[in-house]
Amino acid sequence: MKAPLSWVLDHVDVPEGTTTEEITDRLTLTGLKLEAVESPGREITGPLVIGRVLTKEPEPQKNGKTINWCTVDVGDANGTGEPQGIVCGAHNFEPGDLVVTVLPGGVLPGGFEIGARKTYGHLSAGMICSARELGLGDDHDGIIVLPADAGEPGQDVRPVLGLDEETIELEVNPDRAYALSIRGIAREVLVSVEGATGFRDPALRDTPPANDDGHPVVVEDAEGCPVFVARKVTGFDPTAPTPDFMVRRITAAGMRPISLAVDVTNYVMLETGRPIHGYDADKVQGALVVRRAREGETLTTLDGTKRTLDPADLVVTDDSGIIGLGGVMGGETTEISDTTTTVLVEAAHWDAVSMFRTGRRHKITSEAGKRNERGVDPTICEAAADRVVELLVEHGGGQADPGVTVVGTPPAMPVVEVPGDLAARVSGMPITEERSVECLRAVGCEVSVDGGGAGTLSVTPPPWRPDLTDAQDFSEEVIRLVGYDKVPSVLPTPPSGRGLTRPQQLRRRIGRTLAGEGFVEVVSFPFVGAADLDALGLTAEDPRRDLLQLSNPLSAEAGFMTTTLLPGVLRAAGKNVGHGNTDVAIFETGTVTLPRHSGPAAILPVDRRPTDDEFAALDAALPAQPLHLALVAAGDAVAGGWWGEARPVSWADAVDAVRAVAEALGLEVTASSVELAPWHPGRCAELSVDGVVVGHAGEVHPTVCEAFGLPKRTVAAEVDLDLLIERAVHLRKAPTFSSYPVAKEDVALVVDASVPAAAVEAALREGAGELLESIRLFDVYTGDQVGEGKKSLAYALRFRAPDRTLKEGEAAAARDAAVALAAERTGAVQRA
Amino acid sequence: MSGPNTDYDPVEVTPLKADQVEAMREAALTAIADAADLEALKQVRLDHAGDRSPIALANREIGALPPQARKEAGQRVGQARGAINQAIAARQAVLEAEHEERMLVEETVDVSLPTTRRRRGGRHPLTLQSELIADLFVAMGYEVAEGPVVEAEWLNFDALNLGPDHPARTMQDTFWTEPADDHVVLRTQTSPVQARTMLTRTPPIYVVCPGRVFRTDEYDATHSPMFHQVEGLVVDEGITMAHLKGTLDHFASQLFGDGITTRFRPSYFPFTEPSAEVDVKCFVCRGGEGVAECRTCRGEGWIEWGGCGVVNPRVLVACGVDPEVYSGFAFGMGIDRSFMFRHDLEDLRPLFEGDVRFSSAFGTEI
Ligand SMILES: [Zn+2]
Repeated sequence: MKAPLSWVLDHVDVPEGTTTEEITDRLTLTGLKLEAVESPGREITGPLVIGRVLTKEPEPQKNGKTINWCTVDVGDANGTGEPQGIVCGAHNFEPGDLVVTVLPGGVLPGGFEIGARKTYGHLSAGMICSARELGLGDDHDGIIVLPADAGEPGQDVRPVLGLDEETIELEVNPDRAYALSIRGIAREVLVSVEGATGFRDPALRDTPPANDDGHPVVVEDAEGCPVFVARKVTGFDPTAPTPDFMVRRITAAGMRPISLAVDVTNYVMLETGRPIHGYDADKVQGALVVRRAREGETLTTLDGTKRTLDPADLVVTDDSGIIGLGGVMGGETTEISDTTTTVLVEAAHWDAVSMFRTGRRHKITSEAGKRNERGVDPTICEAAADRVVELLVEHGGGQADPGVTVVGTPPAMPVVEVPGDLAARVSGMPITEERSVECLRAVGCEVSVDGGGAGTLSVTPPPWRPDLTDAQDFSEEVIRLVGYDKVPSVLPTPPSGRGLTRPQQLRRRIGRTLAGEGFVEVVSFPFVGAADLDALGLTAEDPRRDLLQLSNPLSAEAGFMTTTLLPGVLRAAGKNVGHGNTDVAIFETGTVTLPRHSGPAAILPVDRRPTDDEFAALDAALPAQPLHLALVAAGDAVAGGWWGEARPVSWADAVDAVRAVAEALGLEVTASSVELAPWHPGRCAELSVDGVVVGHAGEVHPTVCEAFGLPKRTVAAEVDLDLLIERAVHLRKAPTFSSYPVAKEDVALVVDASVPAAAVEAALREGAGELLESIRLFDVYTGDQVGEGKKSLAYALRFRAPDRTLKEGEAAAARDAAVALAAERTGAVQRA
Repeated sequence: MSGPNTDYDPVEVTPLKADQVEAMREAALTAIADAADLEALKQVRLDHAGDRSPIALANREIGALPPQARKEAGQRVGQARGAINQAIAARQAVLEAEHEERMLVEETVDVSLPTTRRRRGGRHPLTLQSELIADLFVAMGYEVAEGPVVEAEWLNFDALNLGPDHPARTMQDTFWTEPADDHVVLRTQTSPVQARTMLTRTPPIYVVCPGRVFRTDEYDATHSPMFHQVEGLVVDEGITMAHLKGTLDHFASQLFGDGITTRFRPSYFPFTEPSAEVDVKCFVCRGGEGVAECRTCRGEGWIEWGGCGVVNPRVLVACGVDPEVYSGFAFGMGIDRSFMFRHDLEDLRPLFEGDVRFSSAFGTEI
């Protein structure tokens, strides 16, 4: 809310000498946060004075223009008392007029410095100003001619133009709708600023009693519209200008002046907080009726939009049909125009929830709607309407019609029982019951100390505070007036905590492990679109295409929650490569969203705890959101340098990174071949732990590499970390070692190229028996010596017994047994 | 081996004459001293102490002497041989030491050569910041609570006293999901974790919940559709705003430095009553001299940090906590925002762009 300070101070007095900063500091501390202080003349410095034009000589110029050579009396403001010679291009003034004169040394908005300068053959010492040059609007029809009684030549013109008038912009929270008015802000100044007195309520006025002579009004939905007041002004002059002070205040408050009739309704809304609607009475046919809209009805609102109405919308109708969306926006047919001579004034109280829903439904945000949907004082409709009538009569030359229509009565405010010590209990400050009562009364509550029994206050909130409904709401009012800055700082004593949970610890461990493996963590947005999944090469049936759709995504290309972290890391890797970081290894952990299509998540009641079943059903209705890890590496794993050749990344690096993670959790990963996008069909490992598939790793398909701007042979992996974490080994057993000598045996086996090395190794292990300590594949050979379609696998086997030195031939026998089983299982033939 | 030879005239055995033995010894010692390296010394050993060296040949002749002459000649030759072997051993030690020393000199490398062969990894600064904050609270006895980012509307709004027509719902620009009547949203705050915590634990509750949240903000230097929040929730008997203030003062001093405190301003959040905005004292200028030029707080002396308040009893009721027995406080801060002013980052976008140069700068701890 932007509030011209002078307007606020029309309604409350602060001690002499109180600065704007002191006022806004206090307002900030009690809950209306200062956003900015503005004044129209804040960019103007130096001498800006009233001048009286003494002479005006028109001088035609060669370029076709005519300039005026003027002498202007500026009193003593120029230091000499002599008239000031000034060249002026405007013509809308005469000798004798009072004008706005900036003298040399002055600076106008935009840093425009004024000096004495030679122009058109004269020394022009200053400038006669237009409204635009002063930053007061777009009016450039000429210079400003001041009223004859504006003041004496030489006087500072700022107060006359309101240039120093400060406007304070305050942030108003949704619960404090009353502060969207001068009335509310003045009241806050009264309760917040030390020594403030003399609150003059702009909504407190004697209003004429209701009678039967007013415009007929029928309210069919009293719940939606509890109060409807109609007044009329006749003989209104539609050409009457809006007075300057009103234009200035409306403009400063951030609204656009339109015409006197419209400006007055806005002025009164700003002043009292009560939105007002004005109709051209001559266009209204018959009685005004308030009801809910009917299915299919339409209305063209003031903004020219034709709207199809909802049966929940509150509307105002006349004999012609719907003429307004009650409390939100008027209709075109009865709009006030430049021919309106009879103004019908509506001041009605509307149901806030209906206002909120209608505003949202039709996407209308307006100053009126903003106030109506947050709650307006229902008791001031008559006063606000009367104030509008008064201003229209005063400035528009009309007459107040004696008819006064008032339908309905304001709803009564509830009485709330508030424990007298609640503010103290909530704040931790020693606030007495007396102090609480004092604060509550200051904000307008009625408080009865002996209504609800000992220690309980019976509090009726003021009608402009519909937000005060619960006992604790009232404690906030007390505490903010006592001062949030007075709240002491006390550390509570929690019971002994159990620290991080095991999964929380393990997630950190995983991150550190990957960092240790040379991967850098990134964070991506989880939004994807079909194109991202196409880029991964997913088939139409791939389950990862079952995506949770966002109703209102920021971009249509990324309108879904992702099921895989791969697009994010591949994109990030591509960007790094694009930036010239061609050797890159990154990882990301985050949840993915796997729809379960398990139906709606119920909107449960809030006046009780949900049952365990209800709560479980909520969770079951949400998508599964397992924690995933994705990683990508491209370029060189080991850079080339003085130590030797570079080693490019290979599919094995991706598998090994996952193994490193698994080992950090005490788990062993087995890999087997699988075909899965986005990986290379012959270079993708399905990774399992205890027979459960936990993820995939390998070389990225060359087409996918290209799609993401990555070099060929880029590698990647994606793993479900929840599956790993839930299997993590908690307590690892301490190992024991044999100190007897080792016996080493090497074997080279030839198998079909299609036989997995893991199968050969498994057979060797099993065949070698208990004496086998370790087995290591140290060479893989394909080529002429083993023949087409074959490969040779060379293993180093180490044998050792835990309790003795192996006997001669024992290791060799075990080796032979191993080879025999490998031969049986995999067709392996020992190489000579 | 020569046996005793009675026919042999001992006087004729020249090599055993004293001056001859002495000459052999002298020649050997000179050669040993002259041996320049181990290779030369090896040759000297062969020449002067080997099986075919003069002194060895002389030794063989001893047996040919008459018994009475043997002793003297034996002593003479033995002493000479001993001296020669000793000299060789000494020279050997000297030469070996010299060799060793020379080898080490020859093996000198340029230790200023680059040694980074493997890539260095790093963790994302927001992960690190989240962990740091969690650790501060864990040190106080809190536990870390978690919940899903795709959340039930009821938990994100209704349970937190944000009914369907609450004006505050328009304050938060929510991502909704299809089908709309599933009532599922991307959580707009970490507060649903508070509700989940109360629904699944019994007081006393002291938890902190860092996590990702979503709002429909266009992505620019100061807004992101996804960002990170940390919320704290305490529910216990006799909890007041003073405990909230104490906790946040402690948090501020731990995160930003000793003596950094907080300031409360009245505000509005549906789930707390009373509610407050929290400002933290600028840790750069501390509101003192230089505040006017301070970029971190833009001359305010304080930095807007987050929101907090006393848990609204309505929220306690909806989450099954008896407000007659328990009260609580809650607070929430932007982790990204805290990171930005703590580490002097003006534009948040590098946090989500995935450029490894950004994350790498923070290593594995902050
Ligand atoms: Zn600062």
